Amino acid sequence: MLPDAEDQPLVDCRNVSVRFGGQSILSHIDLRIDHGQTLAIIGESGCGKTVLMKTIAGLIRPTAGEVVFDGHDLHQLTPAELAQTRRRFGFVFQNAALFDSMNIFDNVAFPILQHETASDDEIAVRVMEKLSEVGLPSEVAGKFPAQLSGGMRKRVGLARALILQPELVVYDEPTTGLDPIMSDVINELILATRRRYPVTSVIVTHDMQTARKVANRVVMLYPRTRLQPGESQVLFDGPPSDLDHADDRRVRQFVRGEAGERIDELMRQTAAVSHAWAGDSAD
Amino acid sequence: MAGVTYRDDLPAGEARPSKLSHWVTDWGGIVIDGVSTVGDIAIFAYRMFAWMFTRRPARGTILNNFYQVGVLSLPVVALTGTFIGMVLAVQSHRQFQMIGLENRLGAVINSSLVRELGPVLAATMLAGRVGGAIAAVLGTMRVTEQIEALTIMGADPIHYLVVPRFLACILLIPALTIMADFMGIVGGYFYSVIVLGIDHAAYLQNSSDHVSGFDLFSGLLKSFFFGGIIAVVSCYRGFNCQAGAEGVGQAATAAFVMSFVLILGIDLILNILLDAFYYTIWAPE
Repeated sequence: MLPDAEDQPLVDCRNVSVRFGGQSILSHIDLRIDHGQTLAIIGESGCGKTVLMKTIAGLIRPTAGEVVFDGHDLHQLTPAELAQTRRRFGFVFQNAALFDSMNIFDNVAFPILQHETASDDEIAVRVMEKLSEVGLPSEVAGKFPAQLSGGMRKRVGLARALILQPELVVYDEPTTGLDPIMSDVINELILATRRRYPVTSVIVTHDMQTARKVANRVVMLYPRTRLQPGESQVLFDGPPSDLDHADDRRVRQFVRGEAGERIDELMRQTAAVSHAWAGDSAD
Repeated sequence: MAGVTYRDDLPAGEARPSKLSHWVTDWGGIVIDGVSTVGDIAIFAYRMFAWMFTRRPARGTILNNFYQVGVLSLPVVALTGTFIGMVLAVQSHRQFQMIGLENRLGAVINSSLVRELGPVLAATMLAGRVGGAIAAVLGTMRVTEQIEALTIMGADPIHYLVVPRFLACILLIPALTIMADFMGIVGGYFYSVIVLGIDHAAYLQNSSDHVSGFDLFSGLLKSFFFGGIIAVVSCYRGFNCQAGAEGVGQAATAAFVMSFVLILGIDLILNILLDAFYYTIWAPE
């Protein structure tokens, strides 16, 4: 019997592995993301969380395994089908990735022009409405990205990602580089979006404030190079409230921001490199 | 390509890699990298042509690129052409005077300009001005994830960014070559006739006797190829830009150097082919 559409996850990563050259970044990741879920992917820098997020969005082709979006393997779709499927995605980039050559209005209107035929008036109404939803005044519409602050650019990026009312919104480090107040503004905007319509969200972050406040599920990844043989790269998968009591010490350390034995590891690595250099010089 | 790492802890009896094997490995790596880059550029160009004949680019992107490549390059190309014409007059005058052929100056200046110097110098200027700018802009877009943003919003970056630039280069670089030729002819005439005092009628007569329509055709045909090379190489370098300001700088430099070398290489091949074609069709009896 075919599974009920409601039971089917929106995104299903099945045994996904990604390698760049000789370097393994992700190994055998299984991850189901249900409709309406807000998932935070956390982990230290270099653990592969951004690669996982880009693989989910179809920007990186997995070396092995498959990424199924609403029943379709993203990497088996034709370019035209993939472009059409991407209409259902919204992506908020770490540094907003606004087009420098376009003003804010054209940036936010870009997805509409790519996917729909709408009159100029209709586009104007929708763009202004979306800018207002993210708390930006209409005056910014005529400005260029370089004329805005980091927080404003992030909000424009959010408006652009939401303009087509996507089913899946992916946020890459939405609060990185912002002051605490602006970080909370972004968190509130993510929550407001979820309240406004039933969106599924994936947030890549190492800001625990964001993970705790916004997500209803947290997945923690660990760098491949530092795993023990046979260990899963996903160290934690559960609600944010369980983070502090996680069985794995590395999860608790990350959540509390404790260096722990990492400082010793780094010192040992530095000493090994210095030793190798000294050996080379002696030769 | 990383060099071979010599190890001191090799098991007894195992031969240490010789300098020859080190040399072979390094050169082998360079050859493999070169072949791989040529393959990548071919795939990139194939995807561009596939898009070019599938869907017309947006009017806004075409006009903007035509303006950037054509209109903004016009002054520098015109100025370069004028100086080249005058320099040719200065350089050739003394030699031609020594053998009493200074009235033939128009023939040598104008035929060199139209066949060779106009197209090659215009292309060189544009490889620096346009090619460097294309690589830097696309490289910055790559580094700041704007190219990924285009993809995620359903716009193919090759269709949106590369096709309009390619069209601008292959259509406007020949037009700019005509401008460089024209200004070179004017500059050469000015220096020869006004400054050096060569007879006006003889200069023009010799020019018209020795510069044929085929010379003009061969110069313009070459400029189409040069335009294509500049666009494909610069866009490819921009798309494959490494992270950071240094990556963008390297992409711009590599785009210019690679375009320049390819322009000269293709120039040689086209000259051989055009010469063979000319003498096959209009072979002297």
